[in-house]
Amino acid sequence: MNREFIESSLKWGVNEEGYFGDFGGAYIPEMLYPNVEELRRCYLDIIYEPAFQKEFEMLLRDYVGRPSPLFHAERLSEKYGTTIYLKREDLNHTGAHKINNTIGQILLAERLGKKRIIAETGAGQHGVATATVCALKGLECIVYMGEVDIARQAPNVARMKMMGAKVVPATSGSKTLKDATNEAMRDWINNPVDTHYIIGSVVGPHPYPDMVSRFQSIISLETKKQLLEKTGSENPDIVMACVGGGSNAMGMFYHFLDDEDVRLIAVEAAGLGVNSGESAATTALGREGVLHGSRSILMQTDDGQVVEPYSISAGLDYPGIGPQHAHLFKKNRGEYVSATDEEAMIAGRLCAELEGIIPAIETAHALAHLERMVFTGKESVVICLSGRGDKDLDTYMKYFDL
Amino acid sequence: MNRLNQLFLTKKEPLLSLYFTAGYPDLNGTLNIAEAVEKAGADFIEIGFPYSDPLADGPVIQNSSQQALENGMNLHVLFRQLKELRKRVTIPVLLMGYVNPVLQYGVANFCYSCAEVGVDGVIVPDLPMYEYENLYKDNFIKNNLSNIFLLTPQTSEERIRKIDELSNGFIYLLSSSSTTGKNLTVSNEAEAYFSRIRDMKLKNPTMIGFGISDVKSFNKAVEYTRGAIVGSAFVKFLNTENAMERIPDFIRSIRP
Repeated sequence: MNREFIESSLKWGVNEEGYFGDFGGAYIPEMLYPNVEELRRCYLDIIYEPAFQKEFEMLLRDYVGRPSPLFHAERLSEKYGTTIYLKREDLNHTGAHKINNTIGQILLAERLGKKRIIAETGAGQHGVATATVCALKGLECIVYMGEVDIARQAPNVARMKMMGAKVVPATSGSKTLKDATNEAMRDWINNPVDTHYIIGSVVGPHPYPDMVSRFQSIISLETKKQLLEKTGSENPDIVMACVGGGSNAMGMFYHFLDDEDVRLIAVEAAGLGVNSGESAATTALGREGVLHGSRSILMQTDDGQVVEPYSISAGLDYPGIGPQHAHLFKKNRGEYVSATDEEAMIAGRLCAELEGIIPAIETAHALAHLERMVFTGKESVVICLSGRGDKDLDTYMKYFDL
Repeated sequence: MNRLNQLFLTKKEPLLSLYFTAGYPDLNGTLNIAEAVEKAGADFIEIGFPYSDPLADGPVIQNSSQQALENGMNLHVLFRQLKELRKRVTIPVLLMGYVNPVLQYGVANFCYSCAEVGVDGVIVPDLPMYEYENLYKDNFIKNNLSNIFLLTPQTSEERIRKIDELSNGFIYLLSSSSTTGKNLTVSNEAEAYFSRIRDMKLKNPTMIGFGISDVKSFNKAVEYTRGAIVGSAFVKFLNTENAMERIPDFIRSIRP
């Protein structure tokens, strides 16, 4: 592996103060400052170490199963009248892109001498990916998960427990991802010395958004090489991904940020409809504010109270987006759109029928946007197939009465 | 010079400050509690404005915030209630809460409203020093507001010096790195931390908060600092029967 996998865009990357344009920073109480500051001081030095990169590369290859294939989806291409490639993050160990980040962060935590790992999880994918790397490295693992999500994601709770993690219900607020994140931060405040917090998305105080996106950037790095082999050009016309906090999208966009003729499309969850009151379409409904330690765009009342989002997909059910996404949105580098529950469910089933791939409902939101696009037939489109749908079978079964 | 600066200059005995959440347990009780707290002998007051995601707080203050929000409390309502503040309360008053409601209200407007109703200082734990210094400090100074910073046992000496330089009022020492509502454990380690800070001879006075709930913890705190702040224990007390009449008893249970 060479350094390019972690080099960030000068134009779109983070600045010295931890900001992407107007967004980012580290809005944290003093109790978190030493932890976050330690990480800020060390993260680049650690991930630039050749020994770190060698181990990261080895684990991504031999444990995660990378590179993940770039698959030319012929029947989907035919249906939409253009050339569609799927970046198969669903084939990673544990079934989603989340493991790219947890591998990176566990190696970092080891080098920082941390003995105890905490994480938050919504659908459970990040919790499983964290429990996995903790088992791999023999570190104690505590995962905070909303009480509501524990009830609706039982298989993932069982997987975490199988691997020795302790799953702690978050019982405050709405008892979902946002509250699990609050609880994990409270844990970190109360355990300032021996604990590393593995945040699962490109959110949180600086350096998390930058660090997580660097670990996920392997997605677009591989995509470029694979496209070059397949088409003779390393750039497609369009790349697409779903966005909750936005880690798979950031990984998918990362190495295309400076190639400004490549369109970047991010698909948020509209829930029952953007204006239904039951939605998680943050860029459509949100305003600038601070949540979970960074300034970004979030869904909130006029008074600055965070609004509870809704989506059928637990992984997109988050009231904010990462600060780098907020920057790409504000500067029009990315196109931020949304798909409803219904559109996503239909697109998920279509992908299963046409390609034999059952996508996670999160991913299905990205696929759903194809319906709204108009193609000339000459475009090449890469969609990040961020996760597999096994965890969602219950929801698919109920929805389609299978 | 505001009321808070005046207090630290003139009073020599150990200071006691009480924290409570605006709009809890009743939406319109804010000023009644403030008035009763002054009558009962507290030296200054911190009024919390609620936020949906109070990540530095333990269960007691989380619960009071959520209840206050359900009761209809927000910054606009609070400033309306505080219009009467200086007719009923003479001791220093600080507002405490998270940064997002302040950003939505507008930092300049917030500081102006504070000054208008007679608030003397502000504690916003998740407003970073960098942003305070570079973006917002002038608003605080213009409105004669003390911005109160927090220290933990892990805060480096260099950072403590910087905080001291930016502070005007007092510095809030957290008894340990923890969310609110834990008991003060007086260990050798904690005492070493308190004396380390005392020996730094900062220009600002210090107060200890987080974990003060009885005479013993109060007395320990004032061995090293000018006084102590009681939060969770008082918020919990406010939800007990006839709490308003028993506020003097509560204060005696901390500072006889």
